[in-house]
Amino acid sequence: MTKNITGNRPESKSAESFVTPSHESTISRRAFIQAVGGGLVITVTETLSWGQRRGGRGGGGGGGQGGGMPIVARLHLNEDGTVAVMSGKVEEGQGARTELSQAAAEELRVPFDRIRIVMADTDFVPDDGGTSGSRTTPGNVPPMRQAAATARELLTRYAAKQWQMDANTLDVRDGAITNKKTNQKLTYGDLAKSKEVAEAFKQPIESNIALTAVSDWKVMGSSVTRSNWRDLVTGAHQFPSDIGRPNMLYGRVLRPPSYKATLESIDLAEAKAMKDVVVVHEGEFVGVAAPSLFRAIQALEAAAKTARWKTGSDPSVSHKTIHAYLKEHARMGGARGSSDEKGFAGAAKTLTATYTLAYIQHTPMEPRAGVAEWQDGKLTVWAGVDNPPAAQRDLAQMFGLPNERVRVIVPDMGGGFGGKHQAPAAREAARLAKAAGRPVCVHWTRAEEFTWAYFRPAAVIECKGGLDAKGSLVGWDFVNINAGGAAIDAPYKIPNKRTQSVGSDSPLAQGAYRCLAATGNNFARESFIDELAAAAGADPLEFRLAHLDNDRIRAVLETVAEHFKWSERKKKITPELGVGLACGTEKNSVVAACVEVGIDRQKGEIKVHEVCEAFEPGPILNPANLTSQVQGCIVMGLGGALTEEIQFENGKILNAGFADYRVPRFRDVPKIDVHLVNKTDIPSAGGGETPIIALAPAIGNAVFAATGVRLRAMPMRGDALRQA
Amino acid sequence: MDVTVTLTVNGVARTVTTDPQRPLLDVLREDLHLTGAKYGCGEGRCGACTVLMDGKPARSCVVPMSLADKKSITTIEGLAKGDSLHPVQAAFLEEGAMQCGYCTPGMILSAVALLQDKPNPTDEEIVTGMNGNICRCNGYVKIKNAVRRAADKMRR
Repeated sequence: MTKNITGNRPESKSAESFVTPSHESTISRRAFIQAVGGGLVITVTETLSWGQRRGGRGGGGGGGQGGGMPIVARLHLNEDGTVAVMSGKVEEGQGARTELSQAAAEELRVPFDRIRIVMADTDFVPDDGGTSGSRTTPGNVPPMRQAAATARELLTRYAAKQWQMDANTLDVRDGAITNKKTNQKLTYGDLAKSKEVAEAFKQPIESNIALTAVSDWKVMGSSVTRSNWRDLVTGAHQFPSDIGRPNMLYGRVLRPPSYKATLESIDLAEAKAMKDVVVVHEGEFVGVAAPSLFRAIQALEAAAKTARWKTGSDPSVSHKTIHAYLKEHARMGGARGSSDEKGFAGAAKTLTATYTLAYIQHTPMEPRAGVAEWQDGKLTVWAGVDNPPAAQRDLAQMFGLPNERVRVIVPDMGGGFGGKHQAPAAREAARLAKAAGRPVCVHWTRAEEFTWAYFRPAAVIECKGGLDAKGSLVGWDFVNINAGGAAIDAPYKIPNKRTQSVGSDSPLAQGAYRCLAATGNNFARESFIDELAAAAGADPLEFRLAHLDNDRIRAVLETVAEHFKWSERKKKITPELGVGLACGTEKNSVVAACVEVGIDRQKGEIKVHEVCEAFEPGPILNPANLTSQVQGCIVMGLGGALTEEIQFENGKILNAGFADYRVPRFRDVPKIDVHLVNKTDIPSAGGGETPIIALAPAIGNAVFAATGVRLRAMPMRGDALRQA
Repeated sequence: MDVTVTLTVNGVARTVTTDPQRPLLDVLREDLHLTGAKYGCGEGRCGACTVLMDGKPARSCVVPMSLADKKSITTIEGLAKGDSLHPVQAAFLEEGAMQCGYCTPGMILSAVALLQDKPNPTDEEIVTGMNGNICRCNGYVKIKNAVRRAADKMRR
């Protein structure tokens, strides 16, 4: 049964620039250092202790939450001139690996390809929290830069001392410090051999150190590519679900037939009698592990057919009744701002409207996966999870272990979009592996992913707006039930404004999603602003520009309107062809989009022909990567806008597969025109989420422009046009 | 009852004794340790598991081993000639046509099959040829550009 775990895969060609600290769980810290190319010798306890401590999240790194983290916890010089850097962040396609490497290269003054970044391995990297909320750019790039800049200054001072020179006169570039007067030179590779430097690297990272000005960026701001890209096209990269271990078994877990169903009885005899099958039954947990996935499925089916369940779900709630249900269970209260009847009393016109959102699923291409291996009482898991330290704590608690007896490794994984905050597959694998005494891989099926993960919340959003006789906004009342408060504030000048985000009882498990509530809040607000503009008899662009209270939004809106030729194209609107626009801000970045849609009311079809979007996230770290993120947000946004909806009834998901749950495909992709706006006088914001928020309202507004029909539910079904 | 299946994988003769209903994808990944073909849906609807079977694209997650007998299979691992990438692989790199990369092997093999049939595809032919492959990072724009670039390269 012993497997040659390298198989005959092509050898990774980017090992020189992509470091995974070997997937051997017995590896020692010292061995790891050698694995990344030798260099500094650090004691095991010193660095391991930093592996457990909270790092740069929230801008720490030196002071702050980093609490005086030593340089060595973030950065090692190697004798071959490369530099190993450590980050707790996860790469899931968004580009964190690249931008964190750029940050280190920039401040160290080394070429990008000399950075070896180690990510998301709880034994070796600082606890940088989860990878979510577009926080890597604002929260983790600065601490990486601080670490690299502190190291560079320290190395320069060391060289100056050697040469008895003023450090300010030395030239630092291309990974070397040069004394221009004498042509003496010390490379980082040379400095890697110095015991004095090694000692100095125990000093804390300086959080107040001067960082390279945007105008001087050479590596940051450039479109360098991810260091392990080649492995993605050759099949050499191992995603979490690709990890193989010697003697590994494949696991499957019994799922209830519906939500909240409880297991009354099960007969495991047949499954247990199957050759080489391990069966685990602990309370509600029933799982099997076998030498092949096929055998595991057979064993689980043998057990499942004997299972008797007691149903527990509320039969009154389904995707058809969810919005009434959420409203009925809303926990009102907690309004922000002030708006009372006086605000609307002065209004010449008052409009109200209710918008809704369906539950949707993230459906990352790689379903959640975990491989677990126990060795000498220590658990190592390779998992597709975006919060490795939280998964580590969770597993430690589950098995009654101290945190340091659990190691969580996240190989660059196959997408997340906010859907992989927890590591249930790793929990299941760990449980089965413990019982089997062998490593176990649990890889969820697509149906499990659609059923037993969690969803982007459904919501009801109630809007009320007032216009005075001149057509100016005077009153605003906006309540989001169940989806959350992100981007809920209207960025418009309105004298009486009140917003409220209230919870409810969700019948389905719900959680984070790319831009989460901002998508729904923008859909409702930007659609409703359009309704108000129409009521005021104003052009949607002019109405927004007249009321906008945010110059950055104004700038992207004007940019996109100009590129799209809004003024000309809105004159050509027909019942079959509409244009619409929308804008918004979230997570310190701003976005605006114009779209053109084609409509066939008889067929009930809405086809998005073109999307023109402008996005500004402050100083852009990597234009090519950001373009991918914006394009990806636009197309992903099409799904939520037009087709994606979880349908459920009696505690069962009715469309748990790609046949019935429609995600965007090649045929759905419109002409996409992206305009990145680089604003250099503010800090950089993340760019993987906000570009999604303008799309749905722009589409709805275009449909209205063409047909006069206002679609107030995401997804916006063309069927509604047929009925209207 | 297990059967013995002989097939050629990336030019190497292989003999596998296994259940005839077991999917080719599982055998590639578990028995032959070729993890380039990915599980995405298990229903042949997302294309992540695409391999070439006698030169034609096949969804290996729904190909039982009984149908793989005497077939020649190419997986992503067998596409490059040594260190030299296939033009489609190179085009994906040059266009930056990946984000997470999980769909990439299936995308590349579908594109290889498409370009064998249609060396100079129209945009509509690219869409038709690739529509069975899902990318949830939604990087379709750059993937289409990569297919176009590869077509141009391969005709030169």
